[in-house]
Amino acid sequence: MGQTLFDKIWNAHRIADTAGGAHLIAIDRVFLHERTGAAALRRMAETGRKVLDRARVFAVMDHIVDTRPGRGDGTLMPGGEGFITETRAATHAAGITLFDVNDRDQGIIHVISPEQGIVLPGLTLVAPDSHTCTQGAFGALAWGIGSSEAEHAMVTGTLRMERPRTMRVTFSGALSPGVTPKDMALALIAAHGAGGGAGHAVEFAGEAVRALDMEGRMTLCNMATEFSAMTGIIAPDAKTFGYLAGRPHAPEAFDDPYWSALHSDEDAVFDHDITINAGTIAPMVSWGTSPEHTIPVTGTVPQGPERAHDYIGLDAGAPLAGTPLDAAFIGSCTNSRISDLRRAAALLKGRRIAPGIRKALVVPGSLAVKRQAEAEGLDKVFEAAGFEWRMSGCSLCFYAGGEGFPDGSRVISSTNRNFEGRQGPGIRTHIASPETVAASAIAGVIADPRTVARAGEPA
Amino acid sequence: MKPIATITSPGVPLLRDNIDTDTIIPSREMTSTGRTGLADGLFAPWRYTDAATRVRDPAFALNQRDAIGTRLLLAGKNFGCGSSREHAVWALAEFGIEAIIAPSFAPIFKGNCLRNGLLPVELPEEVVRGLAWQMVEIDLDPQTVSAGSERWHFDIDPEAKTMLAEGLDAIDLTLKQKPAILQWLANDRCTRPWAYLEKPT
Ligand code: SF4
Repeated sequence: MGQTLFDKIWNAHRIADTAGGAHLIAIDRVFLHERTGAAALRRMAETGRKVLDRARVFAVMDHIVDTRPGRGDGTLMPGGEGFITETRAATHAAGITLFDVNDRDQGIIHVISPEQGIVLPGLTLVAPDSHTCTQGAFGALAWGIGSSEAEHAMVTGTLRMERPRTMRVTFSGALSPGVTPKDMALALIAAHGAGGGAGHAVEFAGEAVRALDMEGRMTLCNMATEFSAMTGIIAPDAKTFGYLAGRPHAPEAFDDPYWSALHSDEDAVFDHDITINAGTIAPMVSWGTSPEHTIPVTGTVPQGPERAHDYIGLDAGAPLAGTPLDAAFIGSCTNSRISDLRRAAALLKGRRIAPGIRKALVVPGSLAVKRQAEAEGLDKVFEAAGFEWRMSGCSLCFYAGGEGFPDGSRVISSTNRNFEGRQGPGIRTHIASPETVAASAIAGVIADPRTVARAGEPA
Repeated sequence: MKPIATITSPGVPLLRDNIDTDTIIPSREMTSTGRTGLADGLFAPWRYTDAATRVRDPAFALNQRDAIGTRLLLAGKNFGCGSSREHAVWALAEFGIEAIIAPSFAPIFKGNCLRNGLLPVELPEEVVRGLAWQMVEIDLDPQTVSAGSERWHFDIDPEAKTMLAEGLDAIDLTLKQKPAILQWLANDRCTRPWAYLEKPT
């Protein structure tokens, strides 16, 4: 019987089996960020343990750094500066590579890892961050862990893991115009539940996935954790190798036979198979407080848990489109790469956000993305439309206690989580694609991006 | 880590599904890089009517008189979903929680529990509901949960069980295999040299 892509990478990293039937898996890369990384490094220092191979451990300042222009170590989060200075000291002491606050390569962990060629097809990569699955887009086994596991991975070069089950999610056909990888992920979670992938490593396959560029594949894999999957993965192809070749930590060419074998065999059997016709997917927007509370933008709010309706302030039966908004956010490891910004800017060009939008932010995923966008003049498009143009970081994807949206805001957001309080106490988040965020910011209400003409197209 | 044998406690019910780690310990309550000082922020959005002034919400289960000194939480499906922050487990442990019974756990959270001496027990939803406010006894070795005259068996990975029972750290356990790991890495360096990086000293 053939092997799945997951099996191939897992087996290639299986050092031993533990008494409990778990596997001791070799870990090729560990990536830390200042929010959870300092805790792991601090504990290692306390116990006198050392990093086994410091060349394969990286860290970045992204979660609580200020994203306002002219930033330093200070952040609006109470106590935030301590995380930054402690992380800097701890990474220097441990001798690991740090992408510091204003390094030219700084950015959100899952955005810069591919930019720097740190993630590679066939590697195992872990980070104490649940969206590490984003990097599965490159055919790596990449998943989120806790701080103690990060310590375990750094000290021993391994993790003790129970082998997850495998699932294949096939997106057949082609996406309709105006529909994005974000909508694919949301459609999957809406149809199969926020717990639908629990205990599984999910391979995304099918024509519609192959057709995506690397950035779109990252968006899709990013949401695997919102599906409760251990990770998401996509078989590498010419696009993958082309994207990575020659990046600072990547090889110049991908000629090892190991790489050409990185795909599920024809006769591989998955524990679970789901097929979705990509052509039937519409732009999706969340209405409630779990990513599974998501419907097509043209839909009406269904009956959900009472608490979700209470929190979000929308009754069953209400049309989602037309709901008045207070704020808009484009950013996060889901949708902050150059293609996301280009697509949002194409809608915003020559337009203004509605007067009711009191705060609108664009936060590029990395300083490299920011430079590229500025070279293309996108920053000017966003600013002319009424968006603030920020330095890179996680920013208001999550609320750390400092900067927030105006009280009680209803926010349309290109992020991945619409949990209660995720973007601030009482803040009501609607997650959607960057296009839907842009179209809605212009309209001042939740809006269908397909109804707004792009720059250069007839209205 | 404290070894676990038996946990006896009233079961305090928080029976919603998908309780996420942002709710267990909101990001704004994590104000230092350490593992302590978190218990006060545990479930802050629900425990307090006003998180800033710490005015307690009397309706919240953990604020009820019967919950004083509890060591056991009962939860709904997919408990601990969302952000991978281990602070959620540290906050629960610091508060005094030693076990959680739920129909299912988010995988990262479950792993974090086991690494920090907190016992996650999976039982069917009806059973969990039935344990609300009852005096519950959990015995790690026979892997049983009992309340009144009823008793249920639960599954746990044997190695996780050893770690909990002996209060062992997973790193110590793994370091016993260090020679095998180093041997594997030496071979792997030959077969996959591209997976290794050099760093100037
Ligand atoms: S952008 Fe948001 S989801 Fe992504 S790593 Fe940062 S906080 Fe997490």
